[in-house]
Formats: sequence, C-alpha cells, structure tokens
Amino acid sequence: MTASLAAPSTPMGAKTRINDFSIQVATVNGSGSQTANTVLLRAIFQMGVFVSGKNLFPSNIAGLPTWFTIRASAKGYVARKASNEMLILMNAETAKEDIAKSDPGALVIYDEPLQLDKLRADLSYIPVPFQKLVTASCPEPKLHKLVKNMIYVGVAARLLSVDMEEVKKAITKQLKGKAKAIEINQAAAMAGYDWAMENLQDQDHIKVVRDNKTNGLIIVDGNEACALGALFAGVTVVGWYPITPASSLVETFIDYAEEYRKDPATGKSTVAIVQMEDELASAGVVLAAGWAGARSMTSTAGPGVSLMSEFIGLGYYVEAPGVFFNVARTGPSTGLPTRTQQSDVELCAKCSHGDTQHINLYPGNMEECFQFAYDAFDLAERFQTPIFVVTDLDLGMQNWSSKPFAYPAKPYDRGKVLNQQQLAEAKDWGRYKDVDGDGICYRSLPGTAGGKGSYFTRGSGHNAYAQYSEKPEDYVEVVDRLRRKYETAKTHVPTPVFRNLGSPKGVLAFGSSDPAVVEAQDILAEAGLKTDYLRLRALPFTAEVDAFVKEKQVVYVVEQNRDGQMTNLFRETYPEHATKFKSVLHYNGHAIDAKCIVDKITAFEQK
Amino acid sequence: MTTATPSAPTNKLGFTKQDYVGSKSTLCAGCGHDAITAQIINAAFESNIEGHLVTKYSGIGCSSKTPAYFINQGWGFNSVHGRMPAIATGASLANRNLINIGVSGDGDSMSIGMGQFVHAVRRNIPMIYIIEDNGVYGLTKGQFSATADKGSFLKSGAKNDLPPIDPCTLAIELGCGFVARCFSGNPKQLNAILKSAFAYEGTVVLDIISPCVTFNNHDASTRSYKHVKDHDFPLHDLGFIQYSEVEEVDISAGATEVVTFPDGSKVAIKAIHQDYDPTDRFGAMKAIHESMAKGEFLTGLLYINPTQPPLPEVLNLVDQPLATLTEAQVKPSPAVLEEIMQSLM
Repeated sequence: MTASLAAPSTPMGAKTRINDFSIQVATVNGSGSQTANTVLLRAIFQMGVFVSGKNLFPSNIAGLPTWFTIRASAKGYVARKASNEMLILMNAETAKEDIAKSDPGALVIYDEPLQLDKLRADLSYIPVPFQKLVTASCPEPKLHKLVKNMIYVGVAARLLSVDMEEVKKAITKQLKGKAKAIEINQAAAMAGYDWAMENLQDQDHIKVVRDNKTNGLIIVDGNEACALGALFAGVTVVGWYPITPASSLVETFIDYAEEYRKDPATGKSTVAIVQMEDELASAGVVLAAGWAGARSMTSTAGPGVSLMSEFIGLGYYVEAPGVFFNVARTGPSTGLPTRTQQSDVELCAKCSHGDTQHINLYPGNMEECFQFAYDAFDLAERFQTPIFVVTDLDLGMQNWSSKPFAYPAKPYDRGKVLNQQQLAEAKDWGRYKDVDGDGICYRSLPGTAGGKGSYFTRGSGHNAYAQYSEKPEDYVEVVDRLRRKYETAKTHVPTPVFRNLGSPKGVLAFGSSDPAVVEAQDILAEAGLKTDYLRLRALPFTAEVDAFVKEKQVVYVVEQNRDGQMTNLFRETYPEHATKFKSVLHYNGHAIDAKCIVDKITAFEQK
Repeated sequence: MTTATPSAPTNKLGFTKQDYVGSKSTLCAGCGHDAITAQIINAAFESNIEGHLVTKYSGIGCSSKTPAYFINQGWGFNSVHGRMPAIATGASLANRNLINIGVSGDGDSMSIGMGQFVHAVRRNIPMIYIIEDNGVYGLTKGQFSATADKGSFLKSGAKNDLPPIDPCTLAIELGCGFVARCFSGNPKQLNAILKSAFAYEGTVVLDIISPCVTFNNHDASTRSYKHVKDHDFPLHDLGFIQYSEVEEVDISAGATEVVTFPDGSKVAIKAIHQDYDPTDRFGAMKAIHESMAKGEFLTGLLYINPTQPPLPEVLNLVDQPLATLTEAQVKPSPAVLEEIMQSLM
C-alpha cells in the first residue's frame, strides 16, 4: 500500500485556502454517515472556525445515496457553496458521477476498491483502504458498517490539520453517554488519522487553522430552535401529525417538555401533546384549544398546510388563535420531501377559500427561529387568529452555528380576554364588536362563570354579537373589520433587517436565503455593483417595507421557488411599482448559493 | 339567574329549566332533532349541569345546527363538516373542566367525518357524542347517507344498494365505554340515557334514530317515524340516579343490573324483552348484529364500561385546566435556557 498525494493541481502560486473551503461527503443513507459528518463539522467548529453543514438526504430509511456538505468560512459565510474543494466518496453507486461533477483541483478521498483515480487527470486522489482499517480497529464485525465512516473523519482531520483531540471531543459530544460507542468510534477515527500520518504527504490546498470565531456559539437546527421558542412561550396544547421535514420540531419539543414541563408538586404534565390522525385533525385541535384559552400549536409542511386550509379559514373567520409552523419542502404534491424550497409563500399568506389574509413570520436564522416562535404565541392571542411561522428544510433540519439564545424576558401577551368580573361590568358586550377601532374584539373563554360572556362560534355568517346572519351589511362589517385587524398587525410584526451598502438598487429576500444573499452582496460589491438589502421578516408588509419599495429603482426579489411567489405578493400590494420587482429564483431542491444570485442579478444588470 | 316565573321549579343549583334552553329552532316542524334537543335540556336541568361549563360542538348539517337550540349559558362551536371531534378534542384538552356535548349527523360522522369519529372514540375524549341519525342528507335536500339501510328508498324513488355503517357496533369495536341507541320518539328512554351520559367521563356514543320529516318520512324509508316505531325494541327500563352525598340511593325493584360510575352515580337497568347484559362487550355486538339482521332497532344502553380513563388522564395532565395556567407555571427559568444553551455548545 503506497498511497501518496499527487502534486497539487492548483495553478502555481495559488494560495492555500485557510478556513475557507467546502467538503462534500457522498455515502449511503442509514450507514451512520450522519454521525461521522457531524463529528467532522463539530471538530472544525471547536477549532474556532465558522462552519455550516447541509445534509442532502433521500426520502428513504436505508440504502439510497446521501450527500453531506461541510463549509468552513473565515468570513462567516454559511450558505451552501456551489463548488467543493474536497470530496469524500464512499458510495460506489454515485462515485463516478460525483467525480464527473467535481471542480478541478479537488482532493478526492475515496474507498480504494472504487478505483476512481483514472477517471480524471485534474483531481488529486487519495485512495483509502477503509475495509482493512476498520477490520483492524474495530473488534466487532457487526459494527464495521457503522464505524467505517468514522475512519474518513480521521483521514480528513489529518489532511486538514484538525486537532484529533477536537475530533475525540466531538465524538463524545455526539454520542453523549454511550461509553462503548464513543470508544469504538474514537478508535476508528484514530485509525484513519494514524494511517494518513503514515501514508500521506502534507497537502496545501485547504487547511484548518485554529481561530476564535466560534467561542461561545452553539450549533443547533431551526426545528430545535422553534421547539425551544414554543417551550418558553408556554404552549399548552400541541396537535400534530408526522411529516418531513417538520416532525423533529414537535419531537424535540416532546423531549424538552418531558424535562421542563412537569408540575413540580405532582409530576403531571402542563402540556397536552397528541399525535392526531391527520393534519386536518391537528389544525382543529390547535384552533379549538386556542378558542378555549390554551396556547396551541402544530408543526407541518406544505402537504399538511393544504389539508389544514379549510380549518385555517375557519380560524381566520371565527377568530381563534393558534400557531402553525410550516417547515417548507419542495412541492408541488409529494415533490421532493427531503429537499428545501420556499414555495408555500402564497399558500400561507392566503391559506383557505374566500378572502383570507394571514400574519406570517419568516425567521432567517436560529435566534429568530427561537424568538419568532416565542412571539408567534403572543401574536396569535393578540390578533385571535392563526399565525404561520414559515421556515424550510434548510433552516429546520440543517446544522447552523448561532449565538446562544437570549432569554425572552418580555411577559406573555394574552390579548383581549375578558374575565368573569370584566364581563359582568361590560355594557352591551358583543364577541365581534370593534370597541377599540383596531379590528381586534374582546373575547370570553368557555367555562367562565357568572352567566355572562357565553356566545356561539360559527363558521357561517355572523354579526357583531356572534348571531347567525346572512344580512349583507353584517357580512361586510365583519370581513372589513378583519381587514382592519390585518392592518393593525403591521405595527406588531417584526420589522425588516437592512444591510445597505448605499445604492438605489434593492435586493429583497427572506428566511433561509439570507446567508447566500449577504455573500452575493459582497461579491457583487467587489465587482462594482453595490446594493441595499432588505430582509423581510413578516407579513403584512410594514412601513419600512413600503419605504424601501418606493425608494428603490429596482428591487431584486430573491426566493426559492419557480413562480416568484413573493414577487407576486409585492406586485399585488404595490401595483404602481410592479415593474420594479425582478425575481431572482432558485428552485432545484438544494439550498440557494451566492453564485446563483450573483449570476442572475448580473444578467439582469447587463440587459 | 332565572328568567322564568318565581313558581317555576328549580334544580339543586337553583336553575329553572328555562335556564337550559337555547335559541328558537329553525328546523322543519316535527323534526326528530327537536325532540332530542328537548331531552338534552331536560336531562341537563335534572342532572344539575353547570351551564357555563357546557360546550356544544358540531360540524355541518341539520343536526349540527341544533347546539344553538339548547343551553345558551354554554359555549357553542359550529365548525366544519365532519371535523367536530377535533374541535372537541382541542377544547377538552385546553380545559378539562368543560362538559362537552358534540352533536353530529349520520353524514357528518359516518362519511366525511368517519376518520375523526373513529379516532375521537379511540382516544376516549370526554364528551357526549350524539349522532342524530336519519339516514339522509337533509340540508342538501335529500341524498342517501352511509347509515341508510340497503334496499331503502329515497323520496325521489332512488334505491340504496349499499350496506349501512352502524355507529354503535363500530363504537364498541373501537373500545368505546358507553354506547347507546335511542329513538327520538321515545323521550323517557332518551332522558335516562342522557342523564347517564352526563355522569360518564369518557366518550359516550349515542346513535339517535331521528326521522327526517321532509326527506325521509315516507313509507319506503326504514328511518320513517312509523317504521322506527314499529321496529323499536327497547332493551330495558333505565333508572339513572345521580350521585349525592346526602341522599340514599334508591334502586328500583326489579333492576337486573346496577352500574356504578366513578363519581358514585348509578344506573339501574331493568330488562324488558330479553336478558341483555350491557357490560358484556361481545354479547352486545352479537345481539346488535342479530337484531339488525331482523330489521329491528335495538335501543337502550347497548354497552357500558365506566372504568376507562379519558384522554386528559391518559396524558397525565395537571388537574388545573391548561388554559388557566399562568406564565409562572409554564415558562421555564433563565437558568433552564442557560443549561440548554450549554448543552448545544
């Protein structure tokens, strides 16, 4: 066995990319590769380097191809990068295609029997005898398949100059409490490292150098961040139905609730969590619980929102609160259930038949996933309506580094609820009377004693006193007030975030596109095109959004769907500015990257 | 609190029957549903139900309008077609003190809402689930429902070629602990069953044959007043005795069985036609199937097992209604967030 690195194929004088590269790992799903990849990511993170991970996985339990991309960035860019400097190829089925698609000069670590080194001359090949190494390092044959991947972590660590102590620490963290698994995996990683020390020369393409950028940061995914927001928001009723990529939001919540939502005196639960028979039932549970005074939520994805849409309209019209997390995936229909997209924008903005408008929150990072989840419960109760928190698979299921979350000290806003005494004192109370002129009425809760405040909630036509009515003037009064309520929301939802470089040209994006837009903005500026960037964080559009639209010559709306759904909402809301909006679209199921944005904006500019 | 004349009789809470009425019915004159509404009012009055704790849920259809016609002190929620069980589930979890009454129809529950019916029963939601069963879609003007008997005819002459779904055997199969069938034309039996239902803690499935006078009361219908009256076989005389700390329980002579509820209330069952044991699950299934084969409606308390825990107990929820928990009771401390953040570093 005489493996050695080929001479660097990068042009003479090309600098070593320090803390600035992407690694793509191709494996078979169900083989334990997720653990290995997370360990490598964590080890780099522990070296103080900004790092992000994207798991591109199939809708399958075991046996299909899966890819994991790790990006390190000294500048803090965490979007997916279109090109990779290192490939780790463990899957015979995809190896040839992976080689064909790779960028010139890439380092290719591969399972030796795959014999890939003749395929292209412009790559550097590193064949590794994985089977031999795993046999030597792991005494239990039945575990070979699962720990084989940990060997490439050791090999990569050696090539990248990642400290093995950090790898060991990451394994301990990842396999928390499982002493035997930790031991076996650390031995496998070490076997890979030792082999690489003995057999490979140094390479100077890419390196990890210890830095201090990640001190005090956490690694988390958006579903967990949202679950934590809901935990601190004191959700008391959860009705849900499993669906990728939203399941882990409630599942993580269940784990936290088990620990932190028990009554200390009795050990009984302060939250009801029910896995319902479908999304329709989940939506019904959420709205009825909100109607009865609980803080309630569900978590779903596009197909679930479609099923819930009848109930969402009921919630809007009868004015029942509830929080609906939509962790969006690639549609339409089943679509690509394990891939990301922002294609439920219009669905969530206007979910259900008839005239409906909903408050939507678009968190763009982990802190916002936490904070907006928390805020959504206040908004639901304040506005007595379904609230959508719209994330996507990229935010929800991928690993992101983040500042630790700040404690949400702001007390809960339980909205306009009249208690027994207030009801007794109220004159001529009507459930749907707009006393304050803000479109938000005073409600009572079922079970309130005293003989006042009972009313009949109905999805059919009703008047200000909640009585059945088919009168045109009653109908119009209610739906016009609902629009007034939506107007009121403009001063309550999160305002946009700006990153202005000083330009009449605007870029507008939301949610998971943020890191790629920031990076694209810098690349464009370097090339001489400055832009002002507005990151939208909610519907309805606030005054800051109005001003941006009015002020800019052009607004590039960056979004991850085919039809320019957010662009459509803007054209509809600002018809007099309709020609300003240009859609910058990305919709192939992969997370958006900066290059795609740069290329498309540049093309528009050259027209 | 009472709006009736001072001489009107009051119950133990001091309410008159007038305190349990609702708005005026807009259903057809003679509709069986109105007879059911009348017995809900009577039973609630006689059972000393706290009106403000009552919630009334429904889906869509003629039956689903009826919650507006009883117990105005309570809170009504007329939701969407076939989805009443989810509404009852959510509200009953939010506030476990509520007394939940769901009114549905054969279309609402046995067709569009079958999935929700099945799962609400399976979860043992604390509610009285009434199916006002007329075998026909009334509000959309006379289409067959899934409980229509095979071979029965619509007023238009159309024949039903498909077998019916029976809510009662289905509910027993699903593990429901209180299953009864009544005829809206038998107020005495309905009253006793409703009072028993109020004392029961989990899901009560109550299939009430309720003829539709407009679309399904003709001679070729098996859900007409005449047909049901001729084929109604009440199983027993029921005497319901609500639990009281002060009064001695008086079980009538001749009772063949006495079933005691967790709150101490009792129902005394006196068989009429046959020796029927409503605590025997498989026996009940057999008897219902046999009677259906003969074209009879076996009515009464078909099956009872008062020991099954309702959903809030299964979930081990705190005794206090979740909706009334304060911020201090549900919001973890800054130290908890700090601990979680440390674990993610």
